[in-house]
Amino acid sequence: MNPLYAELQWLPPAPASFSALVKDLGHRSGAIGEQLRALASYALDLNQLTKLAKAIGKLRSEGRPLTPLAPFRLAILSNSTSDLLVPPLVASAVRHGVALEVVQPCYDQVAQEALSPDSQVNRSKADAVLFALDYRALPLKTSLGDIEAASATVQGVLGYLQTLREGIKKHVNAVCIFQSFAPPAEPQFGSLDRALPGTLRWLLDEINRELAAYVLASGDVLLDVAGLAETVGLANWHDPQLWNLAKLPFSDRLIPLYADHVARTVSALRGKSRKALILDLDNTVWGGVIGDDGLEGIQVAQGDARGEAHLAVQRYALELRQRGIILAVSSKNTDEVARTPFEKHPEMLLRLEHIAVFQANWNDKATNIQAIADELSLGLDAMVFLDDNPAERGLVRKLLPQVAVPELPEDPAYYARTLAAGGYFEAVSFAQEDLKRAGFYQDNACRASLQKQAGGVDAYLASLEMTITFQPFDSTGRARIVQLINKSNQYNLTTRRYTDPEVEEAECDPSVFTLQVRLSDIFGDNGMISVVICRPCEAGVWEIDTWLMSCRVLGRKVEHEILREILKHARAAGIRKLAGTYRPTERNGLVADHYLKLGFTKMSEEEGGLTRWDLPVAEAEPENAPMKVVSLGFAPAKGY
Amino acid sequence: MDESQIYALLAKIFEDVFDDDSIVLRPGLSAKDVDGWDSLTHIRLLLTIERAFKIKFSTSEIGKLANVGDLVALIQSRI
Repeated sequence: MNPLYAELQWLPPAPASFSALVKDLGHRSGAIGEQLRALASYALDLNQLTKLAKAIGKLRSEGRPLTPLAPFRLAILSNSTSDLLVPPLVASAVRHGVALEVVQPCYDQVAQEALSPDSQVNRSKADAVLFALDYRALPLKTSLGDIEAASATVQGVLGYLQTLREGIKKHVNAVCIFQSFAPPAEPQFGSLDRALPGTLRWLLDEINRELAAYVLASGDVLLDVAGLAETVGLANWHDPQLWNLAKLPFSDRLIPLYADHVARTVSALRGKSRKALILDLDNTVWGGVIGDDGLEGIQVAQGDARGEAHLAVQRYALELRQRGIILAVSSKNTDEVARTPFEKHPEMLLRLEHIAVFQANWNDKATNIQAIADELSLGLDAMVFLDDNPAERGLVRKLLPQVAVPELPEDPAYYARTLAAGGYFEAVSFAQEDLKRAGFYQDNACRASLQKQAGGVDAYLASLEMTITFQPFDSTGRARIVQLINKSNQYNLTTRRYTDPEVEEAECDPSVFTLQVRLSDIFGDNGMISVVICRPCEAGVWEIDTWLMSCRVLGRKVEHEILREILKHARAAGIRKLAGTYRPTERNGLVADHYLKLGFTKMSEEEGGLTRWDLPVAEAEPENAPMKVVSLGFAPAKGY
Repeated sequence: MDESQIYALLAKIFEDVFDDDSIVLRPGLSAKDVDGWDSLTHIRLLLTIERAFKIKFSTSEIGKLANVGDLVALIQSRI
């Protein structure tokens, strides 16, 4: 079995004192969530994960808060024994910043649990339901060579899965996570199984493909267990002895890997996937040391095995950038020397234009990574740091434990694979905006320099030729709306997280007023930059449930224009008062004065810093912002 | 590896699997004597033993185990 995957080798090995550290947790005070996360971030085996989960359960039962871990309730419906999986799931979720509570009904009660309104799962208020089914749970009938019967079987299975989903949606409205199906390792014919309609492999291939398409369209989530099993090998994945003995759905050796994948998915649903990759240069991006070996001496060329290994790192970084991951550089070098290969080496794939922040100096890496996070306005928990040097990795892990630092093997040939295996950038959806995001951050750098030249903010804002577009929530924008709701930390007044079904509910509820806001300017399209939800609370009053904005558009008076738009619709709906709330978190201090600046009156302040604000609709007159306003898709006489 | 060495290694494994350092191993010790020794922990115990001793038990061998004495005898016959 490949130890990279079976032993989670991108994580540092657990220290010999691991058990003692877990035992000690009960005596520790302070932010226990951070300490738990540090312990969960080692490469733990099944027994260690079980032990850690037991300690977490004990802390919970004592009423200890697990902050800053994000709570998440996951129900598991399975046709096999999931008891052994639950503790590793809880411990692995902590690794990804989530305090997971698992609801686990009786074994093999999948349909009953999904379909009856008063089942344990449907009463559980779960955030998500994981259908942990394997192929043995499916109504599969092989029909060799008979494509019509085989297609009917595939449609029957899809229909069954959709029925389960509808039960859950009707009764608990949780996100549904489906697993793709790993085929058994034993073929009926041999190679022909793949080609001949109606064989088990053919059926499962078709089911996986159709299920994937269905999930993409329905807004549910796919956990690609078939892909995971392919990666480690089907013969490693399935263990007939363990199935016979205990109905374990796959080999015990792979439980830590599976649990980490479930945890990544849950964490992505909570918007906790990482957003930026910080690269070391010498012996990471290229072979050799640029300061010593010079432009001709570094290894980064096709045809040279070592050079190709480093090119693979560059290629993978570019693939990440293409899907919206931000790239940065942290290198101990003289800035000018470090930039030379990016500018002058013909074989380099990475170019300066791909790097949002370039930190080459002689400071320690922790200081540089902090500077990169500040410059990007991202938290340290959004960062991944790739460095070949174990000493640098150790330093960053020690000083900045929130940063993910993958362990790397000796041979650079495996760097890219190890980084990918870590799953730091797991996503549950993909919006068109993602394609452009890495570029936005660079455009922002351009805007900042223009601001310096333009002299005077108002002249600068006018020179941007901004167009702001308002629309109510719709299905086209939903993926990005859900993403913003779950990712935005800083410019977020209430930090309420909503799942796809909850957003859809707001979209369809005529009493709820919603806004998705886009902004473009002379540099290009910023995409969706703000989301607002107003709910009626008492007669004539809208409570601003959610107001968040992308930090990319800070300082451009966008919030003033959004308020004008809200007021316009409020007046049309006969609303007399807007009620705003600021709920403080560790990250949103930026907007403590948001309502004050917009002319609201403070009504109350609670002990934890929560403030409530009112604005009478009739006399409100927010500042005019220099931008063109477009309003689309609002029903003229929508009754709120 | 003699019997006492097997017992010593097993004691460590029991502590790890049951998260309990108070278990004293003796040949007659069986599942009913140990808190939390249910069918699933039993599987986890056997899998941990297989890996630690680098051996593999057959399905029928697993079915026949009644107590720690049986377990030690089985390990001894395989290493």
